[in-house]
Amino acid sequence: MDHLDQLENKSVHILREAYANLKNLCMLWSIGKDSTVLLWLARKAFFGHVPIPLVHIDTSFKIPEMIEYRDRLAMQWKLTMIYGQNEEALLNKITFPDGAIDRIQCCRVLKTQALTNTLSGKAKRYKLNLSNGQYEVDKNTEPFTGVIVGVRADEEGSRSKERYFSARDQENLWDIGDQPPEFWNQFKTDFPPGTHVRVHPLLDWTELNIWEYIERENIPTVSLYYNNGQSKRYRSLGCYPCTFPIDSEAANVTDIIEELKSGRLKNVAERSGRAQDKDDGGSLETLRKEGYM
Amino acid sequence: MREQMNIVIVGHVDHGKSTIIGRLLADTGSLPEGKLEQIKTMCELNSKPFEYAFLLDALKDERSQGITIDSARVFFKTKKRDYIIIDAPGHIEFLKNMVSGAARAEAALLVIDAKEGVQENSRRHGYFLSMLGIKQVAVVVNKMDLVGYDKTVYDNIVGEYRAFLNNIDLKPVCFIPSSGKDGESIAFLNGNMPWYKGSSVLQVLDDFTKEVSDVSKPFRMPVQDVYKFTKMNDQRRIVVGTIESGQIQTGDELIFLPSGKKTKIKSIEVFNEPVKYSAKAGQAVGFTLEEQIYVTRGEIAAKVVEEKPHIAKRFRTNLFWLSKNPLVKDKNYILKLGTAKINVKLEEIIKVVNASDLSVSTDSTAVQRHEVAECILSLNKPIAFDKSELIAITGRYVIIDNYQISGGGKILEALDDKLSWVRDRVNIRNLKWEKSILSDTQRAEKYNQKSRLILITGPKGSGKKELAKELESRLFKDGKIVYFLGIGNLLYGVDADIKKNSDHKEEHLRRLAEVAHILLDAGIILIVTAIELNQYELEIIKTTVNYDKIETIWTGEDLTTDISYDLRVPGIMDLDESVNMIVCMLQNKGVIFSPW
Repeated sequence: MDHLDQLENKSVHILREAYANLKNLCMLWSIGKDSTVLLWLARKAFFGHVPIPLVHIDTSFKIPEMIEYRDRLAMQWKLTMIYGQNEEALLNKITFPDGAIDRIQCCRVLKTQALTNTLSGKAKRYKLNLSNGQYEVDKNTEPFTGVIVGVRADEEGSRSKERYFSARDQENLWDIGDQPPEFWNQFKTDFPPGTHVRVHPLLDWTELNIWEYIERENIPTVSLYYNNGQSKRYRSLGCYPCTFPIDSEAANVTDIIEELKSGRLKNVAERSGRAQDKDDGGSLETLRKEGYM
Repeated sequence: MREQMNIVIVGHVDHGKSTIIGRLLADTGSLPEGKLEQIKTMCELNSKPFEYAFLLDALKDERSQGITIDSARVFFKTKKRDYIIIDAPGHIEFLKNMVSGAARAEAALLVIDAKEGVQENSRRHGYFLSMLGIKQVAVVVNKMDLVGYDKTVYDNIVGEYRAFLNNIDLKPVCFIPSSGKDGESIAFLNGNMPWYKGSSVLQVLDDFTKEVSDVSKPFRMPVQDVYKFTKMNDQRRIVVGTIESGQIQTGDELIFLPSGKKTKIKSIEVFNEPVKYSAKAGQAVGFTLEEQIYVTRGEIAAKVVEEKPHIAKRFRTNLFWLSKNPLVKDKNYILKLGTAKINVKLEEIIKVVNASDLSVSTDSTAVQRHEVAECILSLNKPIAFDKSELIAITGRYVIIDNYQISGGGKILEALDDKLSWVRDRVNIRNLKWEKSILSDTQRAEKYNQKSRLILITGPKGSGKKELAKELESRLFKDGKIVYFLGIGNLLYGVDADIKKNSDHKEEHLRRLAEVAHILLDAGIILIVTAIELNQYELEIIKTTVNYDKIETIWTGEDLTTDISYDLRVPGIMDLDESVNMIVCMLQNKGVIFSPW
């Protein structure tokens, strides 16, 4: 078994543990490469099926290709696809692009709050009807108590401290200093009512591993990751007002792997194109403690 | 594909772990562009002397306290392979975080401050590495610059610490004298210690060997789940789990323990991969079975032709405790081993070892946080496991207290309990059982009933036999295949060799249960009467006959034993009502179908 096999087997094991132990489980799908690999691993774990609903937090500022790609795969792979958003903030234009708040505030409102309320069922959930391709209000408003997330330890400081199974309290808060121990592949699957668990099957993967796996498994990804002739591509996907493409000639997965391994990206941080990280002092810790993914 | 290895760095607080990693990153050119300059500038702005350790303090609350709280992962690479260095906290308060970090590692660097010498957590961390099963440990005697690179200081520490490790059966790979601050013996030897002819930390990392999953040991796979995605139009019934040791191929005969159910592997299932006929340790797999036996999460799959796991309710173990609430007797905990989850109690503390000085106490009444102890644990149901020295993964467990993982341990040996004598026979019987081609399901469909043992018990004169015969007639009239067996019917035949000896009541019951087992396998509904069974006697029967195939009925007004029954009926007081109640229960449980 090579290193990718080891990563794959461990992640599949974790997904199956989550599915066997946690009720009201969902998986966050940001449409980016990491959570798409996670989705693919779920298809591996469950032999082509995805018995877990996928949740996307739509800030309404996502690059349009991302939404097209999401719905295309959801129909093709017969996913239970749900999206949620902060409708109040969008209606009242309390966003960074509208000039009302700063970037960090905007992440807090359109991502963290939207996520918290979509998970708890307080906000409306829109579910894709696989027979007509339309989104309808989901009648199920039960809180999700297990949330599978595609974070990787190598992304930035606070993520390197995560457990595979990480408990969050009612307010979604994360107490980094006092996390329960986790060893011998035994995870925290017991928790008191009112709390929920985040599951991180990709914790040990690096950005390079993700691309190597995408290449090996031939996983469909959004075209925004590749240079389409303008010598630019997105390295990390987010909202268009805050995410910028990097200069790159990489036009396909193989080029990207080469670029990461030995090319000009070797020593440049992955989220260098994300403006909100810089506003948070180079660490996402403040946002993550409040429930940001 | 490049090889990757997880390394943990442990040791007493402030002995220089973070500095060593920072130096390793800087001297191997592994830092992101501008990172070093950024931290140096930050130090200048705050008028703090620059330290390599700052490179690691990614989290704000760690920066302010100046100590590592949780294990952070640092990625770095050499020509040979990629590393994840797990920086474990050295403060005693965060031992559980050190354990979480160390448990992910294949090898460890243990750091000791040359000036301070061997400290409490130098020893405690060494002990915990050995408990966690980490075999490759290199000891770094750091801050040699503070003792003038003196060989005598180094030799004394080596001597003292080697003796300690010897006591806990841990053989270090090597000792390295170093200075993180000066970069001595980190990425290379700078010549400050001409007397040291060994390797640098970097070289030692590359010399660690990669652990390989053990395919030569007996096959073990804790069952994670059984999938049937019929709603998604998939008829496969797939047993899934991660193979912890050994290997399998299609056609291999498996036994699931503790239930003892056997069948062969029909196919190995995959997604987006070519057809597969075999699988081995380390792989998360799924397979279908030739026969639709009822297998559940928590059982361990083993091969019929290989050494089997133990099945027991008690075992002797070495464990460590991490929770603020001590491990005490007479309290219910949950034990997780493989995928099994089961209630457990602390039965006896043999000895408690202080992990920092190895002092032993034999009169402890509880195991406190950060202590290591040899104990006997007692489970409320038998589970399958291995001795940890044979197969590490299926020989270790964690204990949950109040929703939290609070401790873990390694099993030294299985111990007997009151029912071991029955279980041992049943295990051999299951293993040697010659199976028919016909399955339980086929019989159930043909006979229109599920096989069941209806055990009627109660005081003398409460109408057990009368009820049994009435019930037999009723079910027979309804077209069921049913048979009444009074326990006395066995005495002069099956039990002829032991009938006169009254000490043999337990063996009588075991034999009764064996006969019942055969009749149930034939698909029959069997009605048995026995006088005033107690819980232990019922357990003998339940150990012999599959416990989910038994319904226990108590007759009469007074409950005279400690038995926990499924249904209580009036018995002789009202036979018709008693029969109706039993028939109703069988219908509710789907043993027989309600009339249209």
